[in-house]
Amino acid sequence: MSHSTKPMLSAEPVEFSGELLAKMEEAKNLFPNGKEKSALLKMLHLAQAEFGWVSVPTMDKIADLLSIQPVEVYEVATFYTMFHLEPVGKYVFEVCRTGPCMLVGSDQLIEHIGKKLNIGMGETTSDGLFTLKTAECLGGCGYGPLLQCRHRFHEHLTPEKVDELIEQYKRGEIEPGAL
Amino acid sequence: MVKVTIDGIEVSVEPGTTILNAARQIGGDAVPPAMCYYSKLPGTGGKCRTCLVEVAAGSAADPRPMPKLVASCSTPVQDGMVVNNKTSERVHNNRGGVVEFLLANHPLDCPICDQAGECHLQDLGYEHGSAKTRYEEERRTFDPIDIGNKIKLHMNRCILCYRCVFVANQLTDQRVHGVMHRGEHAEISTYIEKAVENDFSGNMIDVCPVGALTDRTFRFKSRVWFLKPMEAERSCTKCCGKAVVWMFGNEIYRITARKDKYGEVEEIDQKTAWLCNDCRFEKKDAADWNILGPRVINRQSVISQGKYATTIDKPVKRIG
Amino acid sequence: MKSRKLLLEHLDVPGIQGIETYVKQGGYTTLEKALKKMSPDEVVEEVKKSGLRGRGGAGFPTGLKWSFLAKPEGIPRYLVCNADESEPGTFKDRYLMEKIPHLLVEGMILSSYALGANTSYIYIRGEFMYVLEILQKAIQEAYAKGYLGKNIFGSGFDHDLVVTPGGGAYICGEETALLESLEGKRGNPRIKPPFPAVKGLWASPTVVNNVESIAAVVPIIRDGGDAYASIGIGKSTGTKLISACGNLARPGVYEIELGLSVEEFIYGDDYCRGIANGKKLKACVPGGSSVPILPHFLVTKTAAGENRLMTYESLADGGFQSGSMLGSGGFIVFDEDQCIVRNTWNFTRFYAHESCGQCSPCREGTGWMEKVLHRLETGKGQMHDIDLLADINKKIEGNTICPLGDAAAWPVAAAIRHFREEFEWHVTHPEEAQKRNYGLIQQPVVA
Ligand SMILES: Cc1cc2nc3c(=O)[nH]c(=O)nc-3n(C[C@H](O)[C@H](O)[C@H](O)COP(=O)(O)O)c2cc1C
Ligand code: SF4
Ligand code: FES
Ligand code: FES
Repeated sequence: MSHSTKPMLSAEPVEFSGELLAKMEEAKNLFPNGKEKSALLKMLHLAQAEFGWVSVPTMDKIADLLSIQPVEVYEVATFYTMFHLEPVGKYVFEVCRTGPCMLVGSDQLIEHIGKKLNIGMGETTSDGLFTLKTAECLGGCGYGPLLQCRHRFHEHLTPEKVDELIEQYKRGEIEPGAL
Repeated sequence: MVKVTIDGIEVSVEPGTTILNAARQIGGDAVPPAMCYYSKLPGTGGKCRTCLVEVAAGSAADPRPMPKLVASCSTPVQDGMVVNNKTSERVHNNRGGVVEFLLANHPLDCPICDQAGECHLQDLGYEHGSAKTRYEEERRTFDPIDIGNKIKLHMNRCILCYRCVFVANQLTDQRVHGVMHRGEHAEISTYIEKAVENDFSGNMIDVCPVGALTDRTFRFKSRVWFLKPMEAERSCTKCCGKAVVWMFGNEIYRITARKDKYGEVEEIDQKTAWLCNDCRFEKKDAADWNILGPRVINRQSVISQGKYATTIDKPVKRIG
Repeated sequence: MKSRKLLLEHLDVPGIQGIETYVKQGGYTTLEKALKKMSPDEVVEEVKKSGLRGRGGAGFPTGLKWSFLAKPEGIPRYLVCNADESEPGTFKDRYLMEKIPHLLVEGMILSSYALGANTSYIYIRGEFMYVLEILQKAIQEAYAKGYLGKNIFGSGFDHDLVVTPGGGAYICGEETALLESLEGKRGNPRIKPPFPAVKGLWASPTVVNNVESIAAVVPIIRDGGDAYASIGIGKSTGTKLISACGNLARPGVYEIELGLSVEEFIYGDDYCRGIANGKKLKACVPGGSSVPILPHFLVTKTAAGENRLMTYESLADGGFQSGSMLGSGGFIVFDEDQCIVRNTWNFTRFYAHESCGQCSPCREGTGWMEKVLHRLETGKGQMHDIDLLADINKKIEGNTICPLGDAAAWPVAAAIRHFREEFEWHVTHPEEAQKRNYGLIQQPVVA
């Protein structure tokens, strides 16, 4: 096992739309003067919803908006699991793998999705549509096995239901659950 | 003043003093080892857990023992508190456990490590380690990286004491490195390639308890115990200019701050004698310095013993 | 026996997510009563009387916690709601917030009044972003009605309520890690002292409470502390949301009166209706993944042969030797086909994944245990690994900054304590263990 941070340095510079900037401003304003750093996680979520992932230029821009050092954003973004620090597919399937879900078949479900999409863990389909990841307990243990995609939970899954779900996503029928 | 008893020795200290600092006032065997706490860097401590002690009585008012061992570096004393450090078998066992954890993923590359001989983990392993590691798993590895042209980071050796992060926060105007990721993947890093360039960044090397941050300008690889540490000073506009220069013959191989018996940068004239990068990295000519005389190294480290323990092979049992 | 419902009473009323329906069912009248007729201290007093214990896992009396809050002049105080809900097996807070968001909003305002907090925060795990939006809508509705903002119900009490997301980290459920995260930092638990009651959010005195604890304050103030305390047994008062999951015929969130028998909860028609697919019960983790696992013969009965009840005390009966804990109420049930070694490895992988990495026993110890357990599970373990695990366990427990270390250690210790023969079987029958599961363990014959 060897790992050392090697972020994508080739990432293009980012342009934040006026709408995104307004949402970020709104997030900052929820906190008292001088405590705007509290909005950092929300801002990372907003940026990810917009760009699909969080690049170094995105983080640098957020640091700038909060008047903090870029490293403070890197430290935070790498701590939390929800932020994709590398490009991902349009739809990221995060399947819960923790005990209660495992008891009701998450292992088999994960295997099924990998076979169906023909990708391994953390990989993206060649059409750039789907990425498969696992997640730890998503707080829906009674409704497992389940997965999360773009802030939407898909619960009580079976291989058949997942197959159908993939088709629905391909047809663009499922909107993000939030943001 | 409040009274506290540590290993049977009573001492009076200011209210709010931590157990560790009270023990340092007593000195000797009563002092727990500290790998992350650094008295000159407010906010440090609590993380490594090597300083765990047993509180046999919480205070005179409430003499019940504390159920868990506590981190002496971050637990304030109470009047009438009774603490066991060296005299507690439980402390010895659990501290041994902590040392085993710190060494679990440690590369044990002491023979090629610049810190060998002045490494706190080496000292600790010597006192608490056991001859055989029980860790049979693959060790976590990172590639060594240069953070700027002065400092090398061997993340493999890092024990995540966070001291260098506090240095960057407290002594420099811009922190560019920090702790990325979490759990056993946590690492000290700049995340993207960035040089740590700052007048005082070199102090990170001095506070690092192990060989994770080392001096890239340390000329020729030499074992520190072949070098003669000399007290030296020069007039400097950025720092106090009071240092230890490490010499071989008339050549300066390396420059460090002056450190006390706890491995901390000394206070001189009521100020912590941090060094600026100029003094540390650029003044390698003996003519740059006024050399005052030999530095007395009083740590029980191998430097003063003039020999190097290649294996951690002697579990020293200290409990009577 | 059907349980009384205090939190989920109006669950089935159509439109209860919206403020109009919530108000029609009597919503916000409790807040009005408190603000107009009660002093903050009187509210605290009722909560004390109710015997309510923190529903986040530790079970600390809520009223007592509130009374510890430092109240220096000129410094704001904060109430922070812990909606990080990430303990495996627990999904009750999400249910409550999603179904009846106004109950939490009303509870937040009411509790803040008691504590003298003019601003409060709900910190919700990032994965519940859609629930955050439900709460945000509820908050907007409450502002529009004047239940939030300035001079609520003409009482002179001002209050602002903000909901903000996490980013994916179980450790942010630990209250000081939560506060760090709420300040926009890494979720590293703080070194205590100081405690949040003295120095919490932005170094101000802060109370952190679980979603369910705060919601329960509404019925407590509505009916009075004594009425609440009359439900339940001994120090386990009131109702509790239990998240039932695993191999149950009818998993889900149930509001129970504390004191219900475990037997009835698992097998009763009003509750989980037994093990799924007619299988047998093998084991149960009754309070979220960090509490000790119980083998089937200790689930519905204590070691002394008494009926096990859903109370803090009864579930803990027998201590760690033969008991467990109510914890967060994450009730995980294992059928006869499940592998305890695999599950223990899975849980340990969870804790290793979620360790913040600050302190060495947890950072190194959880990762080490995970690797040893993985070897055991995949048939590459040796007998001495089992003792090694038990020893690593002891070196973690109690030696860490925050209780995540204990939470990681306890499940392993309990699994080895009760299911040692199943671990040993993985070592002695490595090939067979890859093909089939061990099955039920036998109840030891007591001499
Ligand atoms: C690792 C860890 C995770 C925790 N997760 C949660 C959580 O998700 N939700 C929660 O309410 N409390 C959680 N707690 C407990 C909180 O620290 C705290 O005790 C609780 O929020 C207090 O609220 P209560 O008194 O109302 O229960 C956790 C504790 C630890 C140590
Ligand atoms: S016990 Fe684990 S999670 Fe808690 S502070 Fe230590 S490393 Fe972090
Ligand atoms: S274990 Fe999968 S949601 Fe909790
Ligand atoms: S020195 Fe006290 S915990 Fe590290």
